Amino acid sequence: MLVYIIRRSLQAVLVLLVMSLIVFVGVYAIGNPIDILINPQADQIEREHAIAALGLDKPMWVQYFSFLYGALHGDLGRSFVYSTPALKLILERMPATLELALAAMLIAIVLGIPLGLWAGLKPNSVAGRSIMAGSILGFSLPTFWVGLMLIMVFSVMLGWLPSNGRGPTTEFLGVQVSFLSLEGWRHLIMPAVNLALFKLALLIRLTRAGTREALTQDYVRYARAKGLTNARVIGVHVLRNILIPIVTVIGLEFGSVIAFAIVTETVFAWPGMGKLLIDSINLLDRPVIVAYLLAIVTLFILINLVVDVLYSALDPRVRLAEAKG
Amino acid sequence: MARDESPQRRVLAEFVADPVAVVGVFLLATVLIVALTAPFIAPQNPYDLAQLDIQDSRLPPGAKSASGATFWLGTDDQGRDMLSAIVYGLRISLVVGVSSTLLALALGLVLGLTAAYVGGRTETVIMRIADIQLSFPAILIALILLAVLGQGILKIVVALVTVQWAYYARTVRAAALVEKRKEYIEAARGLALSPSRIVFRHLLPNCLPPLIVVATVQVAAAIALEATLSFLGLGLPITEPSLGLLIANGYQYLLSGKYWISFFPGVALLLAIVSINLVGDRLRDALNPRLRQ
Repeated sequence: MLVYIIRRSLQAVLVLLVMSLIVFVGVYAIGNPIDILINPQADQIEREHAIAALGLDKPMWVQYFSFLYGALHGDLGRSFVYSTPALKLILERMPATLELALAAMLIAIVLGIPLGLWAGLKPNSVAGRSIMAGSILGFSLPTFWVGLMLIMVFSVMLGWLPSNGRGPTTEFLGVQVSFLSLEGWRHLIMPAVNLALFKLALLIRLTRAGTREALTQDYVRYARAKGLTNARVIGVHVLRNILIPIVTVIGLEFGSVIAFAIVTETVFAWPGMGKLLIDSINLLDRPVIVAYLLAIVTLFILINLVVDVLYSALDPRVRLAEAKG
Repeated sequence: MARDESPQRRVLAEFVADPVAVVGVFLLATVLIVALTAPFIAPQNPYDLAQLDIQDSRLPPGAKSASGATFWLGTDDQGRDMLSAIVYGLRISLVVGVSSTLLALALGLVLGLTAAYVGGRTETVIMRIADIQLSFPAILIALILLAVLGQGILKIVVALVTVQWAYYARTVRAAALVEKRKEYIEAARGLALSPSRIVFRHLLPNCLPPLIVVATVQVAAAIALEATLSFLGLGLPITEPSLGLLIANGYQYLLSGKYWISFFPGVALLLAIVSINLVGDRLRDALNPRLRQ
């Protein structure tokens, strides 16, 4: 197990290095680094000073290593717009995004697994078919458009919920959060539901497929032959077996929820990292773009690492397959 | 079910057994016909600025224009008939979605087949790249690319192809690895046919069914992704708006109750995506031998 974790961590570091190289090549080599890193309002002398100061006259590999050195020390340049370190800006916005993503994931899990189980147990009933039709709709509805329609109905027409922002926040363990006050919930609920829809559809389908497959297995037949109650067969035998892939997917999808938060945050003007990224792209604030990319890539690699390690702990077959390959 | 039925007939029979799927096919056909015949059925050419009248801007659905024509779905901020804009926008969305899917399919097919047939280090490299890429969500990769490359129709196609190729490479490799061990491939090798002939004439046709399913679903995903990127302001140029950009245009008028500028393009987008997904979903079940009883 320890060997597996070490091997997997080394692999993660390798991926991170490759990603840093890709971001570097993308931003520094393909784009013009002088345009990217130096304020466009600078005059000629300032430009030349900056080029020398940033080491842009040095060979490419020297530049990459100094970029890497800076990145490892948390120095990813300063934002042109806010004049603060780019990484600090990202980290300041991160709690808002994480809160939104967690709330969305929670909604998807609490609704998705029971609905999927129901649809899997009664695939040909009206309810089962309606749930599946609903999940296809959930997959098909473009997130940003659903967000707009939610605003239209609940903010403009009914006037129940605020259409944008995070509202007043409360401090919790040193972080500003929305979920501790009613006003915060009123701001949080619409973006969270919006972000949850796609994952909800995914969890319904996954649970349904797992349930349908599990029901044909021998162990379910034996459990029934033993005379166990239906509730026990479903609740203990079926559910436990389908939970392994579901837990993995929930873990992996958490990263994608954070990525999709970019869209939801833009629609609802939620002050998270995603909105910051889109604003920075529109304002050509490139150090912030680079910082966001590296931060999210790191986050992703960490999530994948944790999920892989957890998965191999849950299911010994994975470890064996890895050891052979 | 009779044993001597051909696979095509069996799949077709299973497909039409579900009324929802049949509705999907009809919807999809309607969407395609509307997109193909856009210049003939749209009341006006939404790109021809001479046909627009600024006095007609932001009219609600059903209102009459200064020249007497009816705007069934209202107008946008430039006095453009929404119905015409949607019909043309649908066309652009479909063209971008389908062309990027086909390009990605071709790229993924070649790389996946190469990986499966050649094996060894080539396979490891190709599949590792695909693995790493698939561990990041499509929207993130597309955003990174567009942030670096800039905007434009060609760039968005590049971004969509980059995002999608790995799905095909993985699917085709998995299918090809199974097919490769079968006797007809051994027979073809025994006949000393060239590797490219074996790969493209013998291996490829037998790997197609799972690819068709993935490609159908991916067209819908590509259309949705393009719309999302355009909504975020990173997609297509404003001169020839796709559905996503039309929706983005209406965003600022939504809070003042002018819902139609965003609402109707979204409905069109939804119909296109739902119809493709309904067909793809049924295809998957019909082509999946494990669910057959």
